[in-house]
Amino acid sequence: MINFGYTRVSTHKAAIDAVRKDSAAQWIAGGTNLVDLMKKGVTTPEKLIDINNLPLKDIRKEGNKLYIGALALNSEVAENELVRTQQPLLSQALQAGASQQIRNMATVGGNMMQRTRCPYFYNTDMPCNKREPGTGCGALKGFNRMHAIFGTSENCIAVHPSDMCIALIALDATVLVTGPKGDCRIPFQNFHRLPGDAPHKDNTLERGELITAIEIPDNPYQKHVHYLKVRDRSSYAFALVSVAAAVDLQGDKINDVRLGMGGVAHKPWRLTEAENFLKGKTATEATFRQAAELVMKNAKGYGHNNFKLKLAPNTLVEALKTATVKA
Amino acid sequence: MDKDFFFDKKKNDPISRVDGRAKVTGKATYAAEHKVPNLAYGFLVGSTIAKGRIKSLDTKSAERAPGVLGVITHVNAPKIPGYQTGKDPAKPPTAGQPLRIFYDNQIFYYDQPIALVIADTYDRALFAAKLVKAQYEKEVHQTELETNLSKARIPTGPRKEDYKRGDADGYKNAAVKIEQEYYHPVEVHNPMELGSIIARWDGPDKLTVYTKTQGVESTRNSIKDAFKLSPENITVNAEHIGGAFGMGLRTWPYEIAAIMGAQKIGKPLKLALHREQMFTNVGYRPETIQKIGMGATADGKLVGIFHEATANTSAYEEFTEATVNITQFMYACPNVATRYRLVPLNFVTPIWMRGPGEATGAFALESAMDELAYALKLDPIEFRLRNHADIDPEHNRPWSSKHLKECYEMGAEKIGWKDRQLEPRSLKDGDWLVGYGMGTGSFGAMRWVATVKAKLQPDGKLLLQCSVNDMGPGTATMMTAVASEAMGLAPDKITIQMGSTKLPPGPMQGGSNVTSTVGSAVHDVCAELKMQIAALASKEGSPFRTRKVKEVKAEDLVFSDGSVALKKNESTKISFQDLFRRNNLQGLEITKESKGQEQPYSMYSFSMHFVKLRVHPATGRVKIDHVVSCADAGTIISPKTAASQMIGGAVGVIGMALMEDLVVDHRFGRPINNNLADYHVPVNADIPNIDVLFVNKKDPFTNPMGSKGLGEIALVGVAPAVANAVFNATGKRIRTLPITPDKLMET
Repeated sequence: MINFGYTRVSTHKAAIDAVRKDSAAQWIAGGTNLVDLMKKGVTTPEKLIDINNLPLKDIRKEGNKLYIGALALNSEVAENELVRTQQPLLSQALQAGASQQIRNMATVGGNMMQRTRCPYFYNTDMPCNKREPGTGCGALKGFNRMHAIFGTSENCIAVHPSDMCIALIALDATVLVTGPKGDCRIPFQNFHRLPGDAPHKDNTLERGELITAIEIPDNPYQKHVHYLKVRDRSSYAFALVSVAAAVDLQGDKINDVRLGMGGVAHKPWRLTEAENFLKGKTATEATFRQAAELVMKNAKGYGHNNFKLKLAPNTLVEALKTATVKA
Repeated sequence: MDKDFFFDKKKNDPISRVDGRAKVTGKATYAAEHKVPNLAYGFLVGSTIAKGRIKSLDTKSAERAPGVLGVITHVNAPKIPGYQTGKDPAKPPTAGQPLRIFYDNQIFYYDQPIALVIADTYDRALFAAKLVKAQYEKEVHQTELETNLSKARIPTGPRKEDYKRGDADGYKNAAVKIEQEYYHPVEVHNPMELGSIIARWDGPDKLTVYTKTQGVESTRNSIKDAFKLSPENITVNAEHIGGAFGMGLRTWPYEIAAIMGAQKIGKPLKLALHREQMFTNVGYRPETIQKIGMGATADGKLVGIFHEATANTSAYEEFTEATVNITQFMYACPNVATRYRLVPLNFVTPIWMRGPGEATGAFALESAMDELAYALKLDPIEFRLRNHADIDPEHNRPWSSKHLKECYEMGAEKIGWKDRQLEPRSLKDGDWLVGYGMGTGSFGAMRWVATVKAKLQPDGKLLLQCSVNDMGPGTATMMTAVASEAMGLAPDKITIQMGSTKLPPGPMQGGSNVTSTVGSAVHDVCAELKMQIAALASKEGSPFRTRKVKEVKAEDLVFSDGSVALKKNESTKISFQDLFRRNNLQGLEITKESKGQEQPYSMYSFSMHFVKLRVHPATGRVKIDHVVSCADAGTIISPKTAASQMIGGAVGVIGMALMEDLVVDHRFGRPINNNLADYHVPVNADIPNIDVLFVNKKDPFTNPMGSKGLGEIALVGVAPAVANAVFNATGKRIRTLPITPDKLMET
């Protein structure tokens, strides 16, 4: 048997101390990804520190921000009244992820920490720089239909699998972190990272740093939002391409807009250039198409995923069309 | 049957699945769930290369791991007597040498078992399995059909004959013709229940197994051949099966390994495959490339069809299926030629997957029919009607029954075919393109041999026994329905025992034969029971006897509510209990073998599937809105389970059409989506309203009930109906399954 220790902690300090003292210890919350990784031998923690008892489940309004605790369940967040009325894009993105059963277990923090679903990462007999640096990228010349078209490196073309994070990056969320050096706040777009020459690092957290919450600033994106996820089946499938679109629309005029794209990069992909282009313009399909072309400037296909070069802009246009439909 | 019971319109309460309650409450016991004391657990270690030889195996750390009772490899495996000749041909319809597990160091495919680790718990076996290390001499593997077409060869066993009537090139000179190629990838059965077996040696030459099989008799035969035991010393049990879809139609090496392991450690052994091993070790629908040439006159009469299929088999064995046969009989066409070829690749041997070859062949044939209908600017139904085969053109003899035209009519009405436009892209729903498609299915209506024992007990209840089992369609329910009608007994007075070689021999559950085969045997044994009851009624002193009535025949009697009475005088009514008591009998017991007669007819079931769907052109998403499946399967014996079977078939093929695809990384010769997260089958949200319609007309020749098989025609023809509807919606003809968004999206 592969034995591992299991401890429950109920304070931040105990949680942080437990992993600081023991380099083979790892936190577990919902476990919907970690347990799979352990079964496959991708991750082999010697000790699991269960953080589910930490008081991090709150969803509440704090001033002009929505505070969502890191241990709030994906399904709770998706169905929460505050989230549904004030940040409906997040609710939509969460509902598009995984299955109801998984959403009932998975936490917000765990969703952000989940690993790529690249098959080469999961099969320990195959090359993968993310799992075992220096072994090469199996997907680069292998089966890469699900893989990235933006921000890749020769070392890794995996994508970040989350739907929730695509909404969060579009909504300018902030990640609240506590750790050995105290508390800090990480803008969502700085949380995940591109593979570069260190694809084994998914994000910018240091060891012992614990996500406690995310905050979403108030915004005018309640009415014209849409999360469009194109996938191979209607549920329980990862995105081929997904788009989170939030538009502040006045008549036909786009006052402001936020756009995120999933299934295309090693991190949630924010479409700032398209946002800037769209600001102040009239909401028409032609305008959306122009914005979509801007987005695709630096895209690169790897063979099986070449279709994303077309699907990505199309999905962006469709998401914007749906988001800007007048009630 | 005395009357057409199954058509009785007043009888609107068809019986429910008799084992349904046991299944949903967890009381039904599946192979791996049987309580066997003193059990050990096995786990198979698979090869990490796809071709070559095992150079060395290090099992020491596995052997030393906690709880490990033994590790079996080719180095130390007990000699299996049936393996030693090296010449055993595989069971029909395959040819070649079945894989002899742990026989030598040869590797034919990725994940081929190289060791069996046995421990006192499953988890300890699983852990120790990871400690087995192998060194290989790798050889170049071949896992890609397309790049190995030059190796395509004629089968050496069944289906080696090319078929031809008229001129093979006849289609080429037709006024309107098409020539196209169709493809589908490997699809895997993946039933919910994993492949699993418990093997227990009850003595040096006596064996009991609980295993996942679609035929306990055939499993017993395979075990007998391998271990050279006498059949009466082998008991195979498989009452309930958690789905199989064909993967239980042969005995797999893992089953032999478990028996071998139990023998070696002297304890009963349980071996359940891991889900990943279900993708690599127990068969699949083979990857197939099909070519069709088809031509018609300008007014839509078929002139000729050429159909060639090339499918993969394994590197050690031949597997063949009836992929091209459907083209030989489906339409009235003077010039037809078919060819079937195999390419050996480094995979485990394929095995029939629901609808088997016919579903593969129908995808090509019915897509091509649609393409030609468009070329002719004809409604696809009209095109099919113009080429309707009134008699079987392959064997030039009449059908036992054929109501395909009624299927067209009923299905077209239900799906709203009149709203369909011939011109693609005519119908829209917002941004979505709407399309309608259809596809025809057919499958041989087979009847094999079965023996059923009937015990009409002193309390008037009926017990029926047969070794046939049920992978899900509702065999026991069907048997109950037939007996209930024949004996005038309420379904709850009937008990079915099945799924064990201890019972009278029944057929395998495959090829949609069971209702015809076993239903007939139930029918016949009940007829015999009734004759014996009539004989009792004719006896001296019987209340049925009067001065006028000296002899009572079964047809003079009416059976109802567990009683029997003279038709002409229902006041003679007497319960079975009283009848037995009066005759001082402990009930009646009859065992009867039943089989069909050779008939001068071609016997087939037919089906027609209609699909209405939407395609979102910008993103390529397909949303199926409605499926109508209409079947000509003779008498429908158990309407509820029959409808469920049809719905299940349609769901299965929505997977085949839109998502199923075992992806192989040919550099490594191994699948990379061998799990149910990445290998997509439909979820609830993918499945629309499915309407099932039955012609429900008795076939006069297939069997006494007039039924024809249903399991396969539920699938055959659905995949092309989806592809044809996609074309009708978008104008895009997708000839490569599955039809995923990337193949449909437009700029």
